[in-house]
Amino acid sequence: MTRLPLIGIFLFMTLPALAMQPEERLNDSGLEARARTISREIRCLVCQNQSIDNSDADLAHDLRRIIRERLTAGDSDAAVKDFLVARYGDFVLLRPPFRLSTIFLWLIPFAILVGGGISFWIMSRRTINPPVSLTREEQLRLEILTKDNS
Amino acid sequence: MITEIGHFALILAFIVAVAQSGLGFVGAAKHHNGAMASSATAAVVQFILLLGAFFVLMRAYIVSDFSVINVFANSHTAKPLLYKIAGVWGNHEGSMLLWVVILALFGAAVAVFGKSLPSTLKSRVIALHGALGGLFLIFILIASNPFLRQIPVPENGQDLNPLLQDPGLAFHPPLLYLGYVGLSTTFAFALAALIDGRVDAAWARWVRPWTLAAWVCLTAGIALGSWWAYYELGWGGFWFWDPVENASLMPWLATTALLHSAIVAEKRDALKGWTVLLALLAFSFSLLGTFLVRSGVLTSVHAFATDPTRGIFILAILLIVIGGAFSFYAVRAPSLRGGGLFAPISREGALVLNNLLISVLAVTILVGTLYPLFIDALSTAKISVGPPYFLSVTLPLAVPLIILMGLGPLLPWKRADLAGVAGRLKFAGLVTIAVALGLGLFMRLPLLPILGFVFATWLASAVVTDLVQRSHRPGNGLGATLLKAMALPRAAWGMALAHGGLAICLAGIAGAGLQTEILTRLTPGQEFLLDGRRLVFEGVASVPGPNYTAQRGQFRWIDSAGKTKGLLTPEKRQYPVAKTATTEAAIRSDVLGDTYVVLGEPDSAGTWSIRAYRNPLAPWIWGGALIMAAGGLLSLSDRRWRIGAPHKVSAPATVKIG
Amino acid sequence: MRWLYFIPVVIFLGVAGIAGYFLLSGENPQALPSTLIDQTVPPTDLTLLGDTSRLTATSFAAGKITLVNFFASWCLPCRAEHAQLMKLSKQQDVSLTGIAWKDKTEDARSFLQELGNPFGRVALDTSGRTGIDWGVYGVPETFIIDGMGKIRYRHVGPIMPQDIDRIQAVLDKLQP
Repeated sequence: MTRLPLIGIFLFMTLPALAMQPEERLNDSGLEARARTISREIRCLVCQNQSIDNSDADLAHDLRRIIRERLTAGDSDAAVKDFLVARYGDFVLLRPPFRLSTIFLWLIPFAILVGGGISFWIMSRRTINPPVSLTREEQLRLEILTKDNS
Repeated sequence: MITEIGHFALILAFIVAVAQSGLGFVGAAKHHNGAMASSATAAVVQFILLLGAFFVLMRAYIVSDFSVINVFANSHTAKPLLYKIAGVWGNHEGSMLLWVVILALFGAAVAVFGKSLPSTLKSRVIALHGALGGLFLIFILIASNPFLRQIPVPENGQDLNPLLQDPGLAFHPPLLYLGYVGLSTTFAFALAALIDGRVDAAWARWVRPWTLAAWVCLTAGIALGSWWAYYELGWGGFWFWDPVENASLMPWLATTALLHSAIVAEKRDALKGWTVLLALLAFSFSLLGTFLVRSGVLTSVHAFATDPTRGIFILAILLIVIGGAFSFYAVRAPSLRGGGLFAPISREGALVLNNLLISVLAVTILVGTLYPLFIDALSTAKISVGPPYFLSVTLPLAVPLIILMGLGPLLPWKRADLAGVAGRLKFAGLVTIAVALGLGLFMRLPLLPILGFVFATWLASAVVTDLVQRSHRPGNGLGATLLKAMALPRAAWGMALAHGGLAICLAGIAGAGLQTEILTRLTPGQEFLLDGRRLVFEGVASVPGPNYTAQRGQFRWIDSAGKTKGLLTPEKRQYPVAKTATTEAAIRSDVLGDTYVVLGEPDSAGTWSIRAYRNPLAPWIWGGALIMAAGGLLSLSDRRWRIGAPHKVSAPATVKIG
Repeated sequence: MRWLYFIPVVIFLGVAGIAGYFLLSGENPQALPSTLIDQTVPPTDLTLLGDTSRLTATSFAAGKITLVNFFASWCLPCRAEHAQLMKLSKQQDVSLTGIAWKDKTEDARSFLQELGNPFGRVALDTSGRTGIDWGVYGVPETFIIDGMGKIRYRHVGPIMPQDIDRIQAVLDKLQP
């Protein structure tokens, strides 16, 4: 733990752990459900790979509150996410946006599947050496040899 | 003084590793029996030296020798003994040492148990182990030495991260490393075969037990890690697509594909290039995982303290090992000519498709894990690739895979009659449809869990169908069928358990999608309802622990009559030395799921916030995974598949395997 | 078709190259780039310590370069960078503004009394909401605002001696 650079300490602030509290929930269950769904897709920026829905961090708590405020003010799900992206960048979204830079991310699985299938099909069309049948004598010799296991 | 002996043992082990490597390669090239034998001896010596060094470090932890910097940084006198011992591998240097110990273990195991291997192959495998060991030992000696001392000796240490002070630490890393590092033997076999220029049915048979052993450990290690995350991190999640988790899933996938591909290579003399590639890939993914955890290029819950010099060093090792192996593959593999012919619809065809799907799955996960790095390097943008992405790309690939898993074992070799096979799967198909309709129309469950249950049912019924097909003869009654089933070769049961275990695991994962959550604030004495269960909050007491103080809540589960059915005691622990807090969930498991209670925050009025979950079928996730591992062990114990299985001198070998 | 066999090596070398670039460039992989670079300061309205006027976005467009430092009394690295801030405060061409983020007024005051006050003015963002509008996700963070109220640079984490050169370069470039 001591070898963490100061940046590390900066990220792990010693504030009381505040996982999602009952009071944070909105009274409107429809809005609350939307808030939870959105929260699961927002990255906790000071955690190691968590969403703000599950995180104990103070910043996660703040962002959860902000999401609920914006939803109550009438923002759509997309508008809420845009609000956060405007401040923190695409990094805050756990589902990478579909932009030119991320096009490979979404297409590569499909491309590999097709590419892999095609290349295998090509390879299987090469001439494969047909097994040559052995004479009886060669067959016996082979058996003797394979029993001698070294 | 003893610590210096440990340090010296490391240096000696390095020298021995180099000798092991040199003697092994030269001996194999020149067919020099003496050199090859010496190489094998060196492998055993290296293991003993490293085991000794490991015990020296463990001793330093047990006696709390804080003159050893590693012990100071990661231990404390008040820490319980279990964590003093397990803490040896709870840090970078110690876990690296465990890594090379296991590497040497596998090398020595090949030396001792590989009697029926051709001497040149065995020698090259041992030599490669030596080379790998040597590389990592240089790294340890120069950049990760656990035996560095300090003067003056501090009074006490800095304690281990409280999140790691858990029984999981005792088992998860060692099992995982046995898997990761065990794959080095598979890697060595593949590279040795490429050097030899010969990949044949015999090779596929020899490589399989070692690969299976590594696979079993990896399966158990991953399952344990997932379970640990589930009960430690407090909200019932068990897989986060964290980079290091992905780094353990990728070798597991590659090894699974390899085990299946090797079957075709052995029986049909085909898919050799792919099998060898998978063998190289599996360990390469392991090494990639090592790099990710220790270099700091990706944020992860698992990352050790980051140090760029270490990262560069490990990257250099990767370049030599993986770059070298893949280059060698590119040059040598085209000459591996296959022999077997088979129709596209056949067991071989299914295994080819299986290979393809699993490989695509593994590469997809690789791309997703590394993409943020890629984007960051090419532009100033930073993006996150999280669970939503991984779920949306892996689920569509998993669907055909699971359908195939049910179909494949029933397909005959060489050429299959699809209509006939479909007919044999009538029962499985009907059960699956029934379940789909039942869950969808009657229980009205959400879509994803339904899909999970449907596919789990398909897989389970197909496994049962396969067992019945192998055991039932027309005219036999139930008793005779059962007897025949028990007499089936272990490998057949191994496969049934492995596939069946996956079905159970899948059902568990589907169940997790049906989690119910209660988020509430209670005063002592209040009760609440969790999925039909009455839980009474009885208050919070302060409880001291060996190196922490805990706030322990008590919840009484009562039935409708008020009789106690159980107690749940979640805790919040404060560790004074490390100045951190952990939350310990209270979990009560039964066959149908977990009741999971977490203590939250108190307010000024003395009420406490509570999070309670009902996780249906959660134990099936890890139970299923353990059954998979058990299936692997069962297969491993099948004598026909191990090296050195006795062979009959009389009849020619036409034994139907599997 | 032999070239197909080279695909694994090529992919691996690509991946290794990117990883190597990262390690050698010494970049901090945990520092987020700011989305507000070259944009006007976001709407701000904060109380000032020891002053009845308020800190607003327009107070940054007065023609002088401002260095805004988000800090907190409970933040350990903020203590580490304090010496650098004191040094920067001696420069005539830049004014320093501190914003106490998620901190109690009294705690912020005693923090500055204890370590010295490098700031020309100190604002209080007790709720942390203004920080979020600025894209702050932890403390300390430092922003450099040009004379027209546009954010030109963000430094995440404490300003260490080795960071002074880079910050100085930005300040020099912004001089009219």
